[in-house]
Amino acid sequence: MYTKKANQILIIGIIALILAVFPMVGTACAIFGLIVAARNKNARTLIRADVGRGLSIIALLINIVAIIYLILFKQISHTPAWLMSLREAFYATKFYSDFENNFITDNRYTFIRKGLGVTFEVTFFAVLLGIALGVVVALIRSSYDTLKEELKGGFGKAILFILYKICGIYLTVIRGTPVVVQLMIIYFVIFASSNNKILVAVLAFGINSGAYVAEIIRGGIMSVDKGQFEAGRSLGFGYVRTMAFIIIPQAFKTVLPALANEFIVLIKETSVSGYVGLQELTKGGDIIRSRTYSAFMPLIAVAIIYLLIVIFFSWLVSLLERRLKNSER
Amino acid sequence: MSADNNVIISVNDLKKYYNGGEVKALDGITTDIKKGEVVVVIGPSGSGKSTFLRSLNLLERPTGGTITFEGKDIMSSSTDINKLRQQMGMVFQHFNLFPHLTILKNMTIAPMKLHGLSKEAAEKKALDLLRRVGLQDRAGAYPAQLSGGQKQRIAIVRALAMDPDVMLFDEPTSALDPEMVGEVLDVMKKLAEEGMTMVCVTHEMGFAREVATRVIFMDCGKIIEENTPDQIFTNPQNERLKSFLQKVL
Repeated sequence: MYTKKANQILIIGIIALILAVFPMVGTACAIFGLIVAARNKNARTLIRADVGRGLSIIALLINIVAIIYLILFKQISHTPAWLMSLREAFYATKFYSDFENNFITDNRYTFIRKGLGVTFEVTFFAVLLGIALGVVVALIRSSYDTLKEELKGGFGKAILFILYKICGIYLTVIRGTPVVVQLMIIYFVIFASSNNKILVAVLAFGINSGAYVAEIIRGGIMSVDKGQFEAGRSLGFGYVRTMAFIIIPQAFKTVLPALANEFIVLIKETSVSGYVGLQELTKGGDIIRSRTYSAFMPLIAVAIIYLLIVIFFSWLVSLLERRLKNSER
Repeated sequence: MSADNNVIISVNDLKKYYNGGEVKALDGITTDIKKGEVVVVIGPSGSGKSTFLRSLNLLERPTGGTITFEGKDIMSSSTDINKLRQQMGMVFQHFNLFPHLTILKNMTIAPMKLHGLSKEAAEKKALDLLRRVGLQDRAGAYPAQLSGGQKQRIAIVRALAMDPDVMLFDEPTSALDPEMVGEVLDVMKKLAEEGMTMVCVTHEMGFAREVATRVIFMDCGKIIEENTPDQIFTNPQNERLKSFLQKVL
């Protein structure tokens, strides 16, 4: 019954985002979206209303930044006198001279922009690698625990046992050493002949994350009631299909918060890639600092960017969590 | 062993030991279950009833003895236990519906994935079964939205959706509120009347007396007495059975 309002909120949010090309109108639209959302709290039981509200907030932020930019920098043919004097006053502040020195002179902001791109690239592929490794290791470890009774010796059991042991060593070594050390070993020892820093970072963070993901997922699998496994098996599903159709979907729901946390950690952990000279976001800010000898602006800028990424990601995860909660109504 | 074609499950000297023989959950069970029989297993807690039932589809791995289902030794390594389990429906004390799936999907997932039924065919069959237990309007609901009695009725038809030859019931009413026991027993009774072969572990003596064709009384991992319900309840022979019946009736 709130569907209509929820749809409205969603549409307003999308429009506000598009209208960011006309910041004044966009801001008005975003504020309007937030007001509609605030006045129809009930509609927010529907996820799409929450999505719309989130989009409005994002649009509002973008628009405000755009408006500030327009007011302070945009060259128009007949700039009014009061605006000119406002600009003069702003240009004279220490804040602005710091800002200009750190980001505008020599296009220094490109260190941040390119660094952000590298951070995204490394994080994205490391997350994929981490999930793939984590799922495989978790499955090997939990299947050995459940299947060692069922497999009465023989070839299959021997293979599984060897894999189980390898996974155990992997977890011990990776969780027992600092990620920076692993990164440096991969770069300076294993890939000593190659200079592909992004690949090295992806491998290091992916392999590292995989160990933690594996334990998170194994915990999720163990948390599913044993009766679920028996019900699946008694219907005639084999081990693999019981896991795939019945256990993993339920485990995924329980581990989602822990998994999201792991990825938030991973995004921020990539900031140590500077150790092998990879110019990601943190290193980008640090390079600016080393050129301008002013630490405040670049480091705060870097911190704010990490913060915004993590807030946005957490929001996405909370939406997914709500979506998965459907079966608990 | 038995040449009787009607025997569907044949159990011979079944043993299940824990701690290397220290605890004997099953200590030499031998019995045959024939087509169309409704066998009710009763006995005190810890007597091995559930272990016996769960051994029949190998949810418990016996320590010794043999179980033959439709002529196949289920413990032999050449037997595909997953195939055999498709012929044996099982209903659990705690329902074990899949909480992340709707009722309809709970009932269609196995027929679709294992029997290769199309979505339409599986859903039509599931809806027919739901109608039989009066729950057709809950097809789109999730298990968490149902009462215990409704969950157990769904669990029964979920197993029936696989067209099993035998239905195994592991204390199907023990986790239910007293007022919901009746609705589940009614479904089971109807099933028995339709000629389904059933093995049922239960504490519902009324059900045993009314529906069973044979009652097995177990204690300490052994079958103590085995007879028609009439004989068991009105003319018990064994002292242990007598005192058990005195307590529960």
